[in-house]
Amino acid sequence: MTAAPTLSAVRPTRRHVLPGLNLTLGYVLLYLSVLVLIPLAGLVFRAAGLGFGGFWREVTSPRVLAALGVSFGTALVASVINVGLGLLIAWTLQRYWVPGKRLIDALIDLPFALPTAVAGITLTALLAPNGWLGGWLAAHDVRVVYTPTGIVIALIFIGLPFVVRSIQPVLEDLGHEQEEAAWSLGASPTQTFWRVILPELRPALLSGFTLALARTIGEYGSVVFISGNLPFKTEIAPLLIVGKLEQFNYAGAAAIAVVMLLISVTLLLIANTVQARLVRRSGVAV
Amino acid sequence: MSRPAQAEPLQASAPQMRARPGRSGRRPLARRLWPAFMVTLTLIVVGLFLVLPLVSVFTAALGKGLGEYTAAVTTPDTVSAILLTLLTVVIAVPLNTVFGVAAAWAVTKFRFPGRGLLLTLIDLPLAISPVISGLVYVLLFGRQGFLGPWLEAHNLKIIFAPPGIVLATTFVTFAYVARELIPVMQSQGKDDEEAALTLGASGWQTFTRITLPNIRWALVYGVIMCNARAMGEFGAVSVVSGHIRGLTNTMPLQVEILYNEYNTTAAFAVASLLALMALLTLGVKALLEWRVGNGK
Repeated sequence: MTAAPTLSAVRPTRRHVLPGLNLTLGYVLLYLSVLVLIPLAGLVFRAAGLGFGGFWREVTSPRVLAALGVSFGTALVASVINVGLGLLIAWTLQRYWVPGKRLIDALIDLPFALPTAVAGITLTALLAPNGWLGGWLAAHDVRVVYTPTGIVIALIFIGLPFVVRSIQPVLEDLGHEQEEAAWSLGASPTQTFWRVILPELRPALLSGFTLALARTIGEYGSVVFISGNLPFKTEIAPLLIVGKLEQFNYAGAAAIAVVMLLISVTLLLIANTVQARLVRRSGVAV
Repeated sequence: MSRPAQAEPLQASAPQMRARPGRSGRRPLARRLWPAFMVTLTLIVVGLFLVLPLVSVFTAALGKGLGEYTAAVTTPDTVSAILLTLLTVVIAVPLNTVFGVAAAWAVTKFRFPGRGLLLTLIDLPLAISPVISGLVYVLLFGRQGFLGPWLEAHNLKIIFAPPGIVLATTFVTFAYVARELIPVMQSQGKDDEEAALTLGASGWQTFTRITLPNIRWALVYGVIMCNARAMGEFGAVSVVSGHIRGLTNTMPLQVEILYNEYNTTAAFAVASLLALMALLTLGVKALLEWRVGNGK
């Protein structure tokens, strides 16, 4: 076609053949700075205004420590449980005949799509003593609503798809060959699972676990309804931030936020490192 | 005579052997029950954690009949909450879509120093608690924030007003489109685009005729997930909204207010609209996956 004239326009001295690096990168950096980086810097700046002593006093006050403990503890427990549940669901959907498999697979993403406040009031209504499940629980003297158990249940709901979606692609690639080899060499199903399948799944499980943990530590909407927000018992760190804001204690709110931010960034870095290792591993295998 | 008699049992045993290969020797019953056990367990977990909550939203919403339901979702406060949610989505989702496409283009088509850092920074809002996402804007634009006095002097309101809600929602859904596009564009490389350019296409033509068709399903997927989160965001919006009825309540905040007033039916009625949105999102997503699967 009209190749000849434009070919000469592409100068060989140009570093990139494709256009648009300056435009897109400039726009991305501007957007990122205005929307995310400058506001986050403001947060750190505000917390730094307390001075080191003030910051330390703020974040080590018993109520803040208790709230951070509740947030981190419940998120940890829920994410560990989610590793088990996620593995169960992903494995079953991949290996066995399940009625309505495609429907179930689509439903796994419900926690991604359902607003957290809706999840919160729904789980609370279900588990409250006059709810469908709560009535049965109350008859057996089990209290879930307004206890840490309730928080854990809400966080299991929120974190479940992260684990399932992390494992599924690896399980699909795994195939049956290695298992059959292990079996034919005389390994029992238990041995095959622990020594052949689990090592292959470990990076994906770890990545799913970290993603679920990072998301559930800061979770707010689904938790505030079911937790009852009792200080020292079921008060989560994000709620304490809201409380400080309502008292116009901006610096105090910023200090807790900085601590949570540090935890989240660390988890994000771990997740990215695991993912990079996962890619490198599969790259070597192929 | 003896030959067919011998052949018969052999033929009969052949399908049996195929059905249960050699390893069925030890503990055949336990092994046959294992899948049934796993499937049952999975159905219980999915039923309790996913199906039951979903069903109960609609049951609670329609518990007092259709009349009550319609009345609950058409009160002026609820209607204004729906409109504010739609306004937020109409601003936040396109902003993050343009950003997502630009970010994916810069990050996947070029190598430059700091590229890894940029990838991490794009993911950053995903790892931040929603409450903190709202807090950062209160610290900037709130009455005691850095820009608060200036805004007040110029009679501008961001916090406790719709602009703050839009900002917080945009922050929370920041990475949704970019994260879907980056892996897809990474795996597609840049050979197609380079070929188009060498054949004389302009940069814009290359993007709209080559790149866009290649990434369209990932783009649609990113946009619907971004939309779902934008409509349903609670924590971040709750911090910046101030909960002013009829003015700064989005749908999730309206759910909270109704619920805290023990107006459970109305709360679940509004919640059911959000749940419908979630179901629609899952439906479109399943359809996209089916299309992409068939396209291969």
